[in-house]
Amino acid sequence: MSHKSPAELRSEAQAALAEFRGLEKIRARDRLALPQQEMPAQDPIVRAGNMHEVTHGYFEEQARVEAERCLQCKNAPCVEGCPVRIDIPRFIGHIAEGDYAASLSVIREASLLPSICGRVCPQENQCQEYCTVGKSLKDIFKSVSIGRLERFAADRGAAIDASGATPLKGSVSRTVPEVKPATGKKVAVVGSGPAGITVAADVRREGHEVTIFEAFHKPGGVMVYGIPEFRLPKKIVEDELHTLEEMGVEIHTNFLVGRTRKLKDLIEKDGYDAVFIGTGAGLPRFMHIDGENFVGVFSANEFLTRSNLMKAYDRDRSDTPMPIPERVAVFGGGNVAMDAARTAIRIGSKKVSIIYRRSRVEMPARAEEVGHAEEEGVEFLLLKSPTRILGDENQTVIGIEVLDYELGEPDDSGRRRPVPIPGSESVIDLDTVIVAIGNDSNPLITRTTPELKANKWGNILTDEFGKTSMDKVYAGGDIVLGAATVILAMGEGRKAAASINRMLRGEADPVTEA
Amino acid sequence: MHMIIEKKQLSEQVYMMRVTAPLIAEARSPGQFIILQVDTDYGERIPLTISDANAEEGWIRIIFQTVGKTTIKLAELEEGEEIAAVLGPLGHPTHIENFGHAVCVGGGIGVAPMYPIAKALKEAGNKLTVIIGARSRDLVILEDDMRAIADQLIIVTDDGSYGRKALVTEPLKELCESDDKPDIAVAIGPPIMMKFAAETTRPYGVHTVVSLNTIMVDGTGMCGGCRVTVAGETKFVCVDGPEFDGHQVDFDNMMRRLQSYKPQEDKARHLCKLDAEADRLADKLPEKEQA
Ligand SMILES: Cc1cc2nc3c(=O)[nH]c(=O)nc-3n(C[C@H](O)[C@H](O)[C@H](O)COP(=O)(O)OP(=O)(O)OC[C@H]3O[C@@H](n4cnc5c(N)ncnc54)[C@H](O)[C@@H]3O)c2cc1C
Ligand SMILES: Cc1cc2nc3c(=O)[nH]c(=O)nc-3n(C[C@H](O)[C@H](O)[C@H](O)COP(=O)(O)OP(=O)(O)OC[C@H]3O[C@@H](n4cnc5c(N)ncnc54)[C@H](O)[C@@H]3O)c2cc1C
Ligand code: FES
Repeated sequence: MSHKSPAELRSEAQAALAEFRGLEKIRARDRLALPQQEMPAQDPIVRAGNMHEVTHGYFEEQARVEAERCLQCKNAPCVEGCPVRIDIPRFIGHIAEGDYAASLSVIREASLLPSICGRVCPQENQCQEYCTVGKSLKDIFKSVSIGRLERFAADRGAAIDASGATPLKGSVSRTVPEVKPATGKKVAVVGSGPAGITVAADVRREGHEVTIFEAFHKPGGVMVYGIPEFRLPKKIVEDELHTLEEMGVEIHTNFLVGRTRKLKDLIEKDGYDAVFIGTGAGLPRFMHIDGENFVGVFSANEFLTRSNLMKAYDRDRSDTPMPIPERVAVFGGGNVAMDAARTAIRIGSKKVSIIYRRSRVEMPARAEEVGHAEEEGVEFLLLKSPTRILGDENQTVIGIEVLDYELGEPDDSGRRRPVPIPGSESVIDLDTVIVAIGNDSNPLITRTTPELKANKWGNILTDEFGKTSMDKVYAGGDIVLGAATVILAMGEGRKAAASINRMLRGEADPVTEA
Repeated sequence: MHMIIEKKQLSEQVYMMRVTAPLIAEARSPGQFIILQVDTDYGERIPLTISDANAEEGWIRIIFQTVGKTTIKLAELEEGEEIAAVLGPLGHPTHIENFGHAVCVGGGIGVAPMYPIAKALKEAGNKLTVIIGARSRDLVILEDDMRAIADQLIIVTDDGSYGRKALVTEPLKELCESDDKPDIAVAIGPPIMMKFAAETTRPYGVHTVVSLNTIMVDGTGMCGGCRVTVAGETKFVCVDGPEFDGHQVDFDNMMRRLQSYKPQEDKARHLCKLDAEADRLADKLPEKEQA
């Protein structure tokens, strides 16, 4: 992929817009002919040496062009693909008209965290997968860039103008949602990731007192400790949390529910009328191969937490040490693996390889992140899987042994199953291994709360409204779904919040057909 | 709000602090620890054992040795000042019951985490033998506290400057061979001491509990940085431990892992000491009072 400078992208958009506006009559085919707008980004060589956000966000002209690509389909197939059913054609329509404030309000009807979701949603598997434009052009990667437009509307709304572009037109400043008069009821939210944040906002709005309990010293969940600054600036998450505090939500950090206080005590001793559990999927999986506890082997969680939450990438200022890897292998093909690999590049590794068992199309990471990683020099060793980690006499990593795979028949997930090729082992010399093969749910709450029912993977079981097996206790997000996405966590949070609000009003959940 | 209500220097490198932490004081049991930060912006999270607590008065006691950047910074805080973040209690409490004869072996700073466990074992009805080991006389801590609860207190120093000139393993071996063989041993101290304490009791079949002090980040089971190999399986010290069967722990691997960041830590400690020294010379810091 060749990298175009932001200035180039902007002038191309200006030209395309002028031409489009000069048309006498606009037909669908004119919209399909508009060039899809590329995301302005830092130069790959430059950004590989800094932690700043990689993408700048659309210029206004680009957003207008991209919005004009939308066919405003009556049946809006894209909405079906959105886990929280944002009215996509309507918000895009407002961008096309230049009314960004109206656009953001449309998004906000359904989503609480647009500037975050616009950046991190896997749009190609959601809204953009169903886009008629992509279908017509026979390439889902040519769909309307709904996510980028969402980010544009949200950033304008929050008056963030990352690219230093034109003064804001039609921008709105951040508003604090209205809170109803106090009800005297109180709700505890455990965990401050997207699920917890959403519940806190939706429940607080109804006038209930809300306290968030967070184990870490900083709230935000994975969005703060896992997803790096260069993909999701921490300022954005902080703003969301700040809004919550302005609404009167109390955030109690350094509070581990289950240890600092038992879940049951929150209800029985502290008088909470409801509790929402949004504790995420924070238990790193390992492969159980030889050498996994050698010096130089990290879980992606540890590597990323050191770098993000503890700011260890800033070696001069942070007290938390960061390894100094030269030659790194990252096991896995998801967002977590991409984030770890790209962080390793940024802290100065000379060579970073992603080792993934399947082929590129099966990689679960967002397509944009895979592309960015490649531009930054990450090597992809596909159809390979590690069999053991090799160490020296000091149990320090010196290499890995990998086995080659080929793709066989599709498995339950519909992806072609990787099959090992016997005798194809080879050795790669390196000094650092980062394991990013997924997370299970953290068992702390379920272990310390026997009343809570969970499945064999430790995911808490809930009904369709997020209610658990324990009275007054709700759950949502990764702790229920297993490692999933920000938008799903938010969607689950909304559902549970609605049910909590109903319960506190003394209403029953609606009856639905099972 | 975690205010330091008492601070005392116990030896050249060892400090005791009582810190307000009402919820932790109420919830904690012997064997559990906290993670603290001196500053929440760029500060490191470090684990320290709760060496005593009082739920009514709402405080916990920590005893720590200044080995690196964060512990040095912590030692610079004075009574009345706040510790920015304290999370806990973490880890599983010690399994306490009346085993019969319990021997508690504490090496160096390990005597501090041992204290609440020894006390609980005594309260559960055990006959309590305590072995305190230190490099030299001024590194012996909590002698009076231990004497008050132990049926038998044995002190050994490496250089013979106090008590017997021996390593803790010597009296431990004698006990195992005596008519009063212990029914359980608990060993806490430097990894090398725990390793040899476990080796000492192994031939006698005395169940030996050790409390592991690995590197940690979150302390909630999220990062795996604290993992150790126990009976061939990977365990997370912060949530599965900190106590394990000493006869099953791969101490060699644990000791290697503890050295993971040695170059970075040495540099940080060096800079930190230089800073402290410069401050002292500039007369900003009063000389630390000797306990
Ligand atoms: C590196 C990485 C990259 C990712 N990239 C993407 C992406 O690009 N797009 C996307 O959509 N998704 C991505 N995800 C997944 C996404 O971040 C999660 O699905 C989402 O954050 C889940 O939200 P949650 O609210 O359920 O939990 P989390 O965000 O995990 O938050 C849970 C919070 O609860 C706290 N907690 C846990 N236990 C307790 C307790 N007992 N007491 C108090 N607090 C507790 C935790 O400290 C944490 O802060 C990524 C995940 C990772 C790890
Ligand atoms: C569960 C648990 C309970 C603990 N309880 C206590 C306690 O009650 N009192 C106490 O003084 N210490 C205790 N420790 C050890 C303490 O956490 C470390 O000494 C501390 O993290 C060092 O931080 P630092 O920044 O000052 O030094 P660093 O710069 O991080 O380390 C300096 C030197 O100390 C060594 N070191 C680092 N971490 C440890 C460690 N965890 N154990 C032993 N050596 C280490 C390193 O090899 C390095 O050479 C405990 C550790 C754990 C895991
Ligand atoms: S300290 Fe992170 S998992 Fe134990």
